[in-house]
Amino acid sequence: MLLCRAIGVILLAASVLTGAARAEPADLDALVQDLGAGGFAQKQKAIDGLAATGDPAAVRSLEAMLDGKLYRRLSDGRVAIGAPSGQVIRLSDPLTGADLGDAAPADVDRVTINNRLRAGLRAALGGLTLLSPEPSVRRSAADAILKARPEGIEPLLRQALTRESDDRVRAAMEQALAAVQLSSAPEPEIRIAALETLSQAANQDVRALVAGLLVKDANGVPAEPDAGVRAAAETTLAAIERRLAMWGILGNLFHGLSLGSVLLLAAVGLAITFGVMGVINMAHGEMVMLGAYTTFIVQEWFRAHAPGAFDYSILVAVPMAFVVAGAVGVAIEQSVIRFLYGRPLETLLATWGISLILQQAVRSAFGPTNREVGAPSWMSGAIEVAGGLTLTYNRLWIIVFSLVVLALLMLLNRATDFGLTMRAVVQNRRMAASMGIRTGRIDALTFGLGSGIAGIAGVALSQIDNVSPNLGQAYIIDSFMVVVFGGVGNLWGTLVGAMSLGLINKFLEPVAGAVLGKILVLVGIILFIQKRPRGLFALKGRAVEA
Amino acid sequence: MRDRLTKAVAACMIALGLTAATAPSQAAETIKVGVLHSLSGTMAISETTLKDVMLMLIEDQNAKGGVLGKKLEPVVVDPASNWPLFAEKARELMQKDKVAAVFGCWTSVSRKSVLPVFEELNGLLFYPVQYEGEESSKNVFYTGAAPNQQAIPAVDYLMSADGGAATRWVLLGTDYVYPRTTNKILRAYLHAKGVADADIMENYTPFGHSDWQTIVAEVKKFASAGKKTAVVSTINGDANVPFYKELGNQGIKADEIPVVAFSVGEEELAGLDTAPLVGHLAAWNYFMSVETPENAAFIKKWRAFIKNAKRVTNDPMEAHFIGFNMWVQAVEQAGTTDVDAVRQAMYGQKVKNLTGGTAVMNTNHHLSKPVLIGEIQPNGQFDIVWRTKDVVPGDAWSDFIPESKKLTADWTFPWVCGNCESPRFGKAVPAGL
Repeated sequence: MLLCRAIGVILLAASVLTGAARAEPADLDALVQDLGAGGFAQKQKAIDGLAATGDPAAVRSLEAMLDGKLYRRLSDGRVAIGAPSGQVIRLSDPLTGADLGDAAPADVDRVTINNRLRAGLRAALGGLTLLSPEPSVRRSAADAILKARPEGIEPLLRQALTRESDDRVRAAMEQALAAVQLSSAPEPEIRIAALETLSQAANQDVRALVAGLLVKDANGVPAEPDAGVRAAAETTLAAIERRLAMWGILGNLFHGLSLGSVLLLAAVGLAITFGVMGVINMAHGEMVMLGAYTTFIVQEWFRAHAPGAFDYSILVAVPMAFVVAGAVGVAIEQSVIRFLYGRPLETLLATWGISLILQQAVRSAFGPTNREVGAPSWMSGAIEVAGGLTLTYNRLWIIVFSLVVLALLMLLNRATDFGLTMRAVVQNRRMAASMGIRTGRIDALTFGLGSGIAGIAGVALSQIDNVSPNLGQAYIIDSFMVVVFGGVGNLWGTLVGAMSLGLINKFLEPVAGAVLGKILVLVGIILFIQKRPRGLFALKGRAVEA
Repeated sequence: MRDRLTKAVAACMIALGLTAATAPSQAAETIKVGVLHSLSGTMAISETTLKDVMLMLIEDQNAKGGVLGKKLEPVVVDPASNWPLFAEKARELMQKDKVAAVFGCWTSVSRKSVLPVFEELNGLLFYPVQYEGEESSKNVFYTGAAPNQQAIPAVDYLMSADGGAATRWVLLGTDYVYPRTTNKILRAYLHAKGVADADIMENYTPFGHSDWQTIVAEVKKFASAGKKTAVVSTINGDANVPFYKELGNQGIKADEIPVVAFSVGEEELAGLDTAPLVGHLAAWNYFMSVETPENAAFIKKWRAFIKNAKRVTNDPMEAHFIGFNMWVQAVEQAGTTDVDAVRQAMYGQKVKNLTGGTAVMNTNHHLSKPVLIGEIQPNGQFDIVWRTKDVVPGDAWSDFIPESKKLTADWTFPWVCGNCESPRFGKAVPAGL
């Protein structure tokens, strides 16, 4: 098996180097037809054969196979690339792209693959796309080679290196070359030199490769026979690990800020309803859930009516969620909470009841199962920084989004008339009333504002969590924790509270584990509240005593 | 204890009196079947579907003329994902409603909660979910997979060349009895296969854990030690969606670090964009994508019943399908719904699997079923990449935990026991005992 692949790749390299005639289209077609034949072993053979041709024309079929878009027509056994459109699958020739007509799903078999074939496909594609005109394609080809290290790829890599103009791609290719040499060069000196090159890397794959040299088998014999290479591997490994450790700390920092921003989003609405108004609002989580379901409905509408604009559905969902959750909030305030001001225990029980009613209502309306909220393309994927540190786009956007929401809220609080009257009512209701402010109306609007912001949080949380009727419950305790820890009635406190809880959590988690970490944080907060009952940033002055 | 007993007796008498007084005629005409699944709270997400399946199966059976010439009448209660409430509702079903059998529970906690009630009142529970094993009650029939019908074959597959020949293992789980016990068995099994402790990472998270960044990053780090690494996930319930979203976003590819899950099926994937997850695995006894005439008929019936042409089916649904049909056959055979008679009739009962082959009820109250391993596809379905040649009998007590290895579950003579080292009756017992 391995030998066959090795020979194939050597052939490929030879053909590229000498500029020998490419495989005849007929051979290529036969190999492509083999992709759909029989078991996984036969398919692997066909993949190796295609890789060996070195013909970029094979790339299309291999990519389609990797994406699960390769089909076999049952009537004549022809392999074709299929694009499902409506009730039928549109077939096209994997080599020429010629239209082969439509087929019903029952008339074709999808060509299935397993993880072993997937790895083989990636390695084959790496070899075939190394000379691609696109720098990004060449770079991912180099990365694929570094991971798979197919035997005999070296001459091709060298050729690609001589032609490479892009510095980043060049660096990636040099590392790939070093990795290939490390795993296949017979001379210890070359392997040591390769380790030298690799010691500049901060990359988990390289770490895996180098650490693999030091792995001992069942009899205690290390994988690397040469002691000199082993010593070099140890220094290289230490250098890579130092770098990885540094990136690890940065990673924790990012994870902490990201968790903090989620907590901030979840808590900032509560900072209004509980923090400013003093309503122990147990239904806060359900406002978040309503926001998430609004996102789902908006996306469904986009899917049905404007699939092309799906990427913007989130932008529409934000104001919609604010309006829906805000309106429900105003309705709750008007129908229940306004009769209960100054009676915290009754408020707690009433809002708890409301939260259960809302949950069950959503469960009846949308069903108990999760609803799929899609991620727009600009929120999926991640940036690979280095050293295994990946910053996922959805988390990055949520950090930005949470800060924007907080900034807008502060602006509203400080710079608008509504903010002024809101603060006036909170600080001294009777005085505000005697100045002509309709305090009842301000109460309703304030509660609506807090609920609406919770709804906006729901839009963001729908990107990282389940959209199910239980969504809100998961966040209610954390939200109260943030508001109480940060200091009731203070938005800055909410920000600092959320971020510090996020960071503490994420730095504890690798050491203590998720369960114990959470317990430690809770115990820490209890002790902290004993010491400073009013939280980090306590409001001072008469308002507090009232 | 005595207090509880008198209470139970009193409750019994009251309940008897009530039914006798209010509905004497109705009781004679129908056979009641209890459905004990959470319809609200955290577990509603999974259990509501099973309630619907039961209603469908019962409706179907009634259309065929019912059982013993009587119509079946479902009694649906909602234990609301509240473990103690499960026990109360189970008692209510058996004492007040006088159900002939109960189909229900999902989490192991809920099963452990109702267990004493079923044993005290000699009821009959059909439990449809894969679980950690280490149990065999004479009042429970376990129609889901035991560890040797799911976890062990999955690990074997990942160790094979086709599965990626993994030699380093991450065991991720939610922090409760099922993952902890399963991982205990898996660790012992991996030891037996020569895997050192340094090559096993075990990690537990609370229910509903939603921030997986650190753990996924740790898995990546653990996987970069030069050995092929695989992840075995016993993460349960709501935590799965954020976990898979994080996996997809951090770009963990299935051919580099495959993740095999034991609690993720078609229903769980329905709320998820599966395109980034293609190639990650799940092990079950049933997948919706299996093409057999039985399965096609079942899916068609289910979609018509639920009035939704896109609804998916999953493994616990098949378990209820098998369990219910076995119970119907056993009752017909016994000619009565009496629990002791039906229990005896259950042994050796056969029902055709939806995935081909025949499920058999063994005397340890576990089923013989085929094991399948599937890969997640972009459409939320699974491609079957491996399956056992034949059915695998469920093993109540794991062979890989030393103290369980000695135990046998067999409810027929001469054992008549769920956890004995030697038969209770017959020659093995010295005279005088």
